[in-house]
Amino acid sequence: MELVNFKKVLSQLSILAQCRRYGLSLWQCPQFLFLIMGIIIIGTAVIAYAIGNRYIEDPTLISLIILLLTAILLIITFIIIQGFERLAEANRMKSEFISVVSHQLRSPLSNLRWAIELLMSGRIGKIEEKQTEYFKILKENNSRMEELVSDLLTVSRIEQRTLPLKKREFSLENLIKNLILEFKPLIQASNVEVKFKSEEDLPEILADPSQIRLVIGNLLDNAIRYIPARQSPGADRPIAGGKDKGEVRIKLEKKGGKLYFEIADNGVGIPKEDKKYIFQKFFRSKNVLKYQTQGSGLGLYITKAIVEKSGGKIGFSSQEGVGSTFWFSLPC
Amino acid sequence: MKKILFIEDESALQKTFGEILSQEGYEMIPALDGQTGLKMAKTKKPDLILLDLILPRVHGFEVLKQLKEDSETKEIPVIILTNLEEIGDVDKAIGLGATTYLVKAQYTLEEVLEKIKKALGK
Repeated sequence: MELVNFKKVLSQLSILAQCRRYGLSLWQCPQFLFLIMGIIIIGTAVIAYAIGNRYIEDPTLISLIILLLTAILLIITFIIIQGFERLAEANRMKSEFISVVSHQLRSPLSNLRWAIELLMSGRIGKIEEKQTEYFKILKENNSRMEELVSDLLTVSRIEQRTLPLKKREFSLENLIKNLILEFKPLIQASNVEVKFKSEEDLPEILADPSQIRLVIGNLLDNAIRYIPARQSPGADRPIAGGKDKGEVRIKLEKKGGKLYFEIADNGVGIPKEDKKYIFQKFFRSKNVLKYQTQGSGLGLYITKAIVEKSGGKIGFSSQEGVGSTFWFSLPC
Repeated sequence: MKKILFIEDESALQKTFGEILSQEGYEMIPALDGQTGLKMAKTKKPDLILLDLILPRVHGFEVLKQLKEDSETKEIPVIILTNLEEIGDVDKAIGLGATTYLVKAQYTLEEVLEKIKKALGK
């Protein structure tokens, strides 16, 4: 038991290891700051003693008072830091919990998807048209769960600072063109027109293509989904701007030595009071919920984290009922 | 008939792959844990190994390491089929000698089948 306690004390003393555990840099780490503060306080006490020794008749008494006050200050600070540590530990455990659960959910979801794919392929027997409809429902819902689990895993990696970025040079223009092609079924089903305009001879960017793909995919998905279909049942308002069709305009250009991406839609827009929360985890705007109940509210949080981790900036402007414009810039 | 050893602890997946691989003209040898997988690799001499990483008894990385250290099995191509994709996992597997690293969540069944055919040089 004593040995365990001794080990615990030793591990507490290893400041670098503690800071790494919480994923904090040295100058943000409470333990390191506590050590620095302690050194400063002790230094102050020693200097006070030296000054007192020279100019005051009873320096020992004054030094003792200073030392006592210092000790009280250190104890109070230590208690505060313990509180912070408990908070940080709870946060770390939450991230680890998400990570473990997500991993455990991924396997059965893959098994389920592959079994559905095998059934739908007709390899083990002919499928009736009616059955195909229900298999499609199974597959689509399985995909939704897989996407949610994948988003949760990404969030957990962002929080634990373990999101891998495999940087290489690639053409953002080609990536956007391919993504638009992939989104074609959703674009058509949503009765939306997607226009892409790119400046000529743009340089390649140095980033992780799979992560940037996730970023643009999220922004494009949001732009399309949050344009309410005029003809769909339940839509209680026409598309903003009096247009018959939803419109998404994507622009790519070089601006101030960076590659600038912009995506504008004529969708529901973001209410003024919700703007400050838009990049927060799990946040979903109330007006969006009227038209689209699906979605975890993680997409924009992930998008912002990836753009910033890639050395870029992200922002938006929006007006409720008129539309939204999201942009990001990346070094090239 | 080419033989494929599938080291995977999920019996549901063993069943799915057993079906599709036999339809494609392959013989699938199932192994539900790392230790059995290593034994089967030596005795059955498969043409390809599909290997999961999170396995009971012997971890997938250890299985891969032992396969590549053994002169009898080191030439057999190994495809990693897992849902593990933390930093360094792919590099570690490739470094140990795996042919391909596939994350289950990112591939359809047909895409995995294509990778298997490619690894077998078909």
